[in-house]
Amino acid sequence: MSTHDMHNHADAHADGHDHGSVRSYATGFFLSVILTAIPFGLVMAGGLASRMLTVMIVLGMAVAQIVVHMIYFLHMNSKSEKGWTMISLVFTIVVLVIMLSGSVWVMYHMNANMMPMPQGMTGQS
Amino acid sequence: MSSTVTHTGPRKFHLDHEPHLPEGDSTMLGFWIYLMSDCLIFAVLFAVYAVLGHNYAGGPGPKELFDLELVALNTAMLLLSSITYGFAMLEMARDRQRQMLGWLAVTGLFGAAFLSIELYEFGHLIHEGATPGRSAFLSSFFTLVGTHGLHVTFGIIWLVTLMVQVTRTGLTASNKRRLMCLSLFWHFLDVIWIGVFTFVYLMGMI
Repeated sequence: MSTHDMHNHADAHADGHDHGSVRSYATGFFLSVILTAIPFGLVMAGGLASRMLTVMIVLGMAVAQIVVHMIYFLHMNSKSEKGWTMISLVFTIVVLVIMLSGSVWVMYHMNANMMPMPQGMTGQS
Repeated sequence: MSSTVTHTGPRKFHLDHEPHLPEGDSTMLGFWIYLMSDCLIFAVLFAVYAVLGHNYAGGPGPKELFDLELVALNTAMLLLSSITYGFAMLEMARDRQRQMLGWLAVTGLFGAAFLSIELYEFGHLIHEGATPGRSAFLSSFFTLVGTHGLHVTFGIIWLVTLMVQVTRTGLTASNKRRLMCLSLFWHFLDVIWIGVFTFVYLMGMI
């Protein structure tokens, strides 16, 4: 990444924040367009023969695009604010993963262990 | 301890001289932590959608309701608004106020286009009888996507406010700081939207 010249420029304004450069924004935009177009194209074309593989590709692209946005648009790095932004991000991700996977796991098992409902009631819940 | 604290008199409980940090020194970190807490709000709504998203109650499901072409258009609007905000920040770093205001206006227009398309989609769904009250799936759908839409709405209000403020008082240090906070907020909303179109729309159609 050749953001150093822009970085010095930003420092000259005494705010010390990385604003990126035209090139870094263009790179981020280009990568985002690709990482959006592939999953949309894949699903709109009807998906692959293997449903699991399609899901994996779509999820993988989403994670990759989030990382691209973090780096090129939000200018995340381990040094900004003495590393505190990174620490708070990691903490948030840990809480997020525990909560999301925990909710889905618990609710899935609750559904699986519920008494089967009479036929007439299923449509009214 | 003894190497740093050298006073020998009665014990002091506060510093003689409070450290003078420049105004707004911790604003960016504070705003980042706010965004992380906002991220948790969305995580809860995603979890709700993950749990309730298949309870159609005999009503329509994602495959009957969603129009991926519309969602792709919406995604493009938000992504374009992200890069135009980036260009505005680059102009800000060069102290070019007029160009910066121009890019901010373009960003606002893309944001407004995103909102209009989303409202059109919501209106279409409600017209078809797929109201938030129809099923648990639709309740959680409208809550999750609607919360994101509300964030974009407030982002646009904030954007217009800052444009007026910059026009009146110029590109001062505080205005720059505010614009950088909004920059984080705006890009953050785009990141959340990646989760929305992946989990709600694409996963619903696979």
